[in-house]
Amino acid sequence: MQSLTNRSKVVVKKEMTWMEKIYLPAILGGLKITLKHFFRKKVTINYPEEKRDIAAVYRGLHVLKRDENGAERCTACGLCAVACPAEAITMIAAERKGGEEKLYREEKYASTYEINMLRCIFCGLCEEACPKEAIFLTDQLVPTFRDRADFIYGKDKLVEPKDAPVDISKRQTAEVKEFKTHKQYTHNKL
Amino acid sequence: MLSPALLFTIILIIVVFLISLVVAMYSTYGERKVAAFMQDRLGPNRAGPFGILQPMADGVKMFMKEEIIPQDSNKWLFILGPSIAMLTACMASAVIPWGKGLTIDGQFYSLQITDVNIGILYIFGVVSIGVYGIMIGGWASNNKYSLLGALRASSQMISYEIAMGLSIIALVMMTGTLSVREITEQQAGGHWNALYQPLGFLIFLICAFAETNRTPFDLPECETELVGGYHTEYSSMKLGFYLFAEYINMFISSAVISTLYFGGYNMPFIERFVSDPNLVSIIGTLFFFGKIFFFIFFFMWIRWTIPRFRYDQLMNLGWKVLLPLSILNIFLTGIVMWLMGKVN
Amino acid sequence: MTLQLFYFLSFLAVLSALMVVVSKNPVHSVLYLILTFFAIAGHYILMNAQFLAAVHIIVYAGAIMVLFLYVIMMLNLNTEVEPHKSKLLKIAATFAGGLLMVVMVGVIRQASETVPLNPTDTQMGLIKNLGKVLYTDFMLPFELSSILLLAAMVGSVMIGKKEIK
Repeated sequence: MQSLTNRSKVVVKKEMTWMEKIYLPAILGGLKITLKHFFRKKVTINYPEEKRDIAAVYRGLHVLKRDENGAERCTACGLCAVACPAEAITMIAAERKGGEEKLYREEKYASTYEINMLRCIFCGLCEEACPKEAIFLTDQLVPTFRDRADFIYGKDKLVEPKDAPVDISKRQTAEVKEFKTHKQYTHNKL
Repeated sequence: MLSPALLFTIILIIVVFLISLVVAMYSTYGERKVAAFMQDRLGPNRAGPFGILQPMADGVKMFMKEEIIPQDSNKWLFILGPSIAMLTACMASAVIPWGKGLTIDGQFYSLQITDVNIGILYIFGVVSIGVYGIMIGGWASNNKYSLLGALRASSQMISYEIAMGLSIIALVMMTGTLSVREITEQQAGGHWNALYQPLGFLIFLICAFAETNRTPFDLPECETELVGGYHTEYSSMKLGFYLFAEYINMFISSAVISTLYFGGYNMPFIERFVSDPNLVSIIGTLFFFGKIFFFIFFFMWIRWTIPRFRYDQLMNLGWKVLLPLSILNIFLTGIVMWLMGKVN
Repeated sequence: MTLQLFYFLSFLAVLSALMVVVSKNPVHSVLYLILTFFAIAGHYILMNAQFLAAVHIIVYAGAIMVLFLYVIMMLNLNTEVEPHKSKLLKIAATFAGGLLMVVMVGVIRQASETVPLNPTDTQMGLIKNLGKVLYTDFMLPFELSSILLLAAMVGSVMIGKKEIK
């Protein structure tokens, strides 16, 4: 079998020489190695103060986008829930009443929309499935809670605030933008 | 009214006691830092700047934990175990000369609590009693892991005590005294015993590791085989006492090593630069503590370098290697002394 | 002060020696025996024989009793599994003990007639004087006892060996 690294050694069961038997040179060698590590640069990242760099297309906490007028884009079509391999997404659809045009973009909207963050595997398939460009993954992390129920994110946490839109442009790479221009795909029809 | 000499001794006892507690406390912090640094980590750094308050936080944690005494245990002995461990750990510091001495108002005060003429034997006796803390605690827990830890501790202590004693005998032959202070005084001017007794020093060092139950000889408490060894059933401050006693032992044995083999408080060439005897003595004490801290670091350094011995390897090393070597060392010392004409 | 200490140590020694015999649990017996040794070491210190006290503690309390405790813990002796001893054995034990006491009483009565080596010297117990006396006046008994110990050691090694070819 070919070895993966050049550091592998064949075990030889030979009688140890006298120098090897007293072990002291080996111990000194070990002490030298640990001392070298003692002065080496540390690899620890002090988390809350320092954050390690994340990829530009990092998949984190979800956001439900609003359109340019501030209306929710989601129409509760359920494609994200179907696409979700972890079955983390549930929603209840409702019909838009008169006078709610400012709130919801289309006639149908999601009255509740929940993602269970304990089930979610952050694969991003919901984002891919969404025909309305409503759900996106951001670079934020899901915080920790003491209660399991707190991990079920409702619309109150998912929909982006009106006055502070969440920037999702990082995940919109050139390829994605190019793909969205192909109107022959049902995905990209408005 | 107390005489000034007695008052000074009482103050010295309290100071030495406090210093050994503080050093032991910060050894736990040091141990975690050294371990972290050798593993390319940062170690505790949240409690205070650089995590300097970590030992206090650990102490508070230990005190707040629930005190559990197992139902089937022997209650009195269960409490007696950690008490003995702590007591013997603190007792050994009585005969160590921490410094030359201070002259206040024309009167000389020695920086040693008591200068008994059998100082080395006293240390040795206290160390040999120390194993009872582990044995009694391990037996009283009524737990098979604890019992195994206690049995391992006792056999290990006895095996290594012999080699340790014999390595000291060579030193005593050379110095001709059992008083710790006289041994220190004879090493003045850089005539460190480690230079004359390299083999004896090596044996003593290895045995010191075994006697303090430090890696590679930490078989009484090895986590991977015996859960927690002799302190499996212990919780709260009783566990804290056991852990604390180990660190005090480490401090004391570092002090003993640097006294017996590395000149103690003697700092070579210091008299050339400083003339005030009090200042010389204080600098000597600081130098002594520097040596102690180096050896404490060395204890930790070894711990994070060398893996634990197997039990038969431990016994082989003790009985078949160190014991004959220490006897050989006695012979060599005797022959060299005879050749140099020091014996008639 | 010394007298009070003497009485306290003697009381402690006798009491713990009695407890060695009386207590049912062998581990407790061993622990009481250790206490007895400490009390006796205290007596040595009262007689200004520090070397003897230290060696007594190192050898007896520090090594031999640790081995005792080791064996008792390993065999897990306790009152339940202790084999029942027959009446005859008990009578024989009492008789043997009585004989030992007769011997002891005889020795102590004799002892009053011997003269201490140097009654006025309080420094006798210190290591320097002790060593001088041991290696001059009492050279033969000292070496003989070392041969006795050597013989015991060789014997135990012989017994400990599994097979002798």
